[in-house]
Amino acid sequence: MIKDNAPELLDVQGLTATVDSREILRGIDLNVRAGEVHAIMGPNGSGKSTFAKVLAGHPAYQVTGGMVRFDGADLLELSPEDRARGGVFLGFQYPVEVPGVTNGGFLRLAYNTVQAARGKEELDPLEFDDFIREKMQLLEMDPDFLERSLNAGFSGGEKKRNEILQMALLEPRLSILDETDSGLDIDALRIVANGVNQLHTSDDAIVLVTHYQRLLNYIEPDYVHVMENGRIIKTGDKRLALELEDRGYDWVAQEYRERAA
Amino acid sequence: MSTIETSAIETSAIESSAIESSTIESDFLGSLLTPAADAGEHHDAWLKARRASALERASALSVPTTRDEDWRFTDLSSLYRLQLKPAQAVGQVDSAVLKTLMFPEATTRLVFVDGHFNTAATSIVNDDKVRVGSLRQALRDDTWRSARSAIESHLATIASVSDDVFTAANTAFLQDAAIVHVAGGAQLVDAPIQVINVATGHEMRSNPRLLIIAGKGSHCTVIEDYVAVGGSAYLTNSVCEIVIAPDAEVRHVKLQREADTAFHIANTTVLMQADSRYRNWSVGVGGRISRHNLNVVQNGTGIDCEMHGLAMISGRQLADTHSSVDHAFAHGGSRQVHKTIAGGSAHAVFNGKILVREGAQQTNSSQQSRNLLLSPRATVDTKPQLEIFADDVKCAHGATVGQMDADEVFYLKSRGLSEAAARNLLTYAFAKEVVEHIPVASVVSVLESHILEQTRNKEA
Repeated sequence: MIKDNAPELLDVQGLTATVDSREILRGIDLNVRAGEVHAIMGPNGSGKSTFAKVLAGHPAYQVTGGMVRFDGADLLELSPEDRARGGVFLGFQYPVEVPGVTNGGFLRLAYNTVQAARGKEELDPLEFDDFIREKMQLLEMDPDFLERSLNAGFSGGEKKRNEILQMALLEPRLSILDETDSGLDIDALRIVANGVNQLHTSDDAIVLVTHYQRLLNYIEPDYVHVMENGRIIKTGDKRLALELEDRGYDWVAQEYRERAA
Repeated sequence: MSTIETSAIETSAIESSAIESSTIESDFLGSLLTPAADAGEHHDAWLKARRASALERASALSVPTTRDEDWRFTDLSSLYRLQLKPAQAVGQVDSAVLKTLMFPEATTRLVFVDGHFNTAATSIVNDDKVRVGSLRQALRDDTWRSARSAIESHLATIASVSDDVFTAANTAFLQDAAIVHVAGGAQLVDAPIQVINVATGHEMRSNPRLLIIAGKGSHCTVIEDYVAVGGSAYLTNSVCEIVIAPDAEVRHVKLQREADTAFHIANTTVLMQADSRYRNWSVGVGGRISRHNLNVVQNGTGIDCEMHGLAMISGRQLADTHSSVDHAFAHGGSRQVHKTIAGGSAHAVFNGKILVREGAQQTNSSQQSRNLLLSPRATVDTKPQLEIFADDVKCAHGATVGQMDADEVFYLKSRGLSEAAARNLLTYAFAKEVVEHIPVASVVSVLESHILEQTRNKEA
């Protein structure tokens, strides 16, 4: 929801970044305020996922210019863990499998680490068990998930549900969901989207990185941005997503080039 | 892990230094073959003969150097420079300390201190199907009469002395041994047996020995445990022989928790008969230099074995495992996973040979060597070797060597974990895969806490 007096959560200006000396982000500007849902769309290789990872602090990407402020602070100065503790959450496109670490144990460790950093109460295993089971119901997850190794052998849909479960636990103020819809069937998509919608309030913001309009039928964006070649070249409302579905991306790029010329 | 898939990876070789002289080695062999005071004690003639022939063989061999292919990464010259004395008597160990080393599930426990049987600390639950005790007891005590011919058939006949000077030296001075004799049909599924070898460790050498005889259709779990209560340099030169009769199953847990200053050289040789099963977990965390030779011989059809190895080392430790599985008959199976975790300047070595002989059709064998390097100074040398002479077999092998995967670390950090917490968790998970299926719960929990502690303290 767009509110005129909502506080600014994320302010990105002229952000450039490289990986292996290749420039992927070429000057991104984005402003996100509390309560808003933004969708970032664009063709493969346009830099959407890179942008998401740079915001979370992935070490493979070097920020070469521009600035990012999160809740008033310089986000780029912070380590990935401090960003997480401060309220930035990245839902991974490909969540990492970690055999040997139980999902339940990991979730409690992550939760308590973040709670401690925020000066909030940590939970012992019994208390956490009650707490996590309630959150799992939101995503229609079987309690068996807690006993399994973290993401190991999970189906695509199970991994994405587990990502949103982590979002539910860590109570972020800014959630960046990187292609959370990929690899999901219709039922899983509905469950995951429903979870996200229930977690979203007027105090936090969501940035959805997605290829397809499909997800946006379930999670309604306030803004739709089109990325190409490392820049946001067009911004509209949810109708833009429908138009992209209809006409593809080429016309947006065409229009951008004409404007630039 | 970020990994390189390959069948044979050999990184930096350590060449033996030029100053190493053959005099040091022959002096060491001489001292290794110096008998302990009680070596003249009376034994049965068959045992005397086996000892004598082992001594003869040992005297004809020389101690290995890095010029030997099988030892090219494991330089024992620092061992050869030590003046080691044979452990003469049972060392003193505080009973409270001993108690902390015992696994509660193991109601039957044999305690050896510096290679000598400690009757006081031993606790044995024997019945007419199961005999557990020392070789000396077995040879003189009437209750052992039914087991005696099996002991005579197998002791010092399974582990070959022909080209292994350490096994030959152990056999040459075989005075006592831990004996586990499980009669046909005996089921000891929930009653593991712990054989504790304690080193009090002061410039000493000991020759622990274990013989496990599993009768037809029997089932047992044995924990072969090496621990230290002292700190200075010493040598444990151990031999474990296991013979498994048809349809029997032996679950064997070898724990090497020696002092970081110790030299641990161990030979495990397993002789398997038709339709038997052998499950091995070998975990090594101690030792300045440790070497484990694990040899499994499948001497019948329908045999299945599993080997799970873990070496977790740091500082300047070296851990070397050489294993071999000999598939000689049809329908055999073997599964092996060997993992190493090397921090600091540690060096892990793995050489795993799978031999599938001409008659061993329908063999199903897999071997994985997985190695995690925690520091840029740590090294690993791994060499899986497959030799297949049968044409209808399924064999898979592979080796990976890697640093911790940056994406995995980032994933955990993105959930708020610190760099150190993320790395420790991933190291723990890598190790845990090996230990979590050990069939004795208290062993699993002791090892898991050890792994956690090690990841926290010894990453440097």
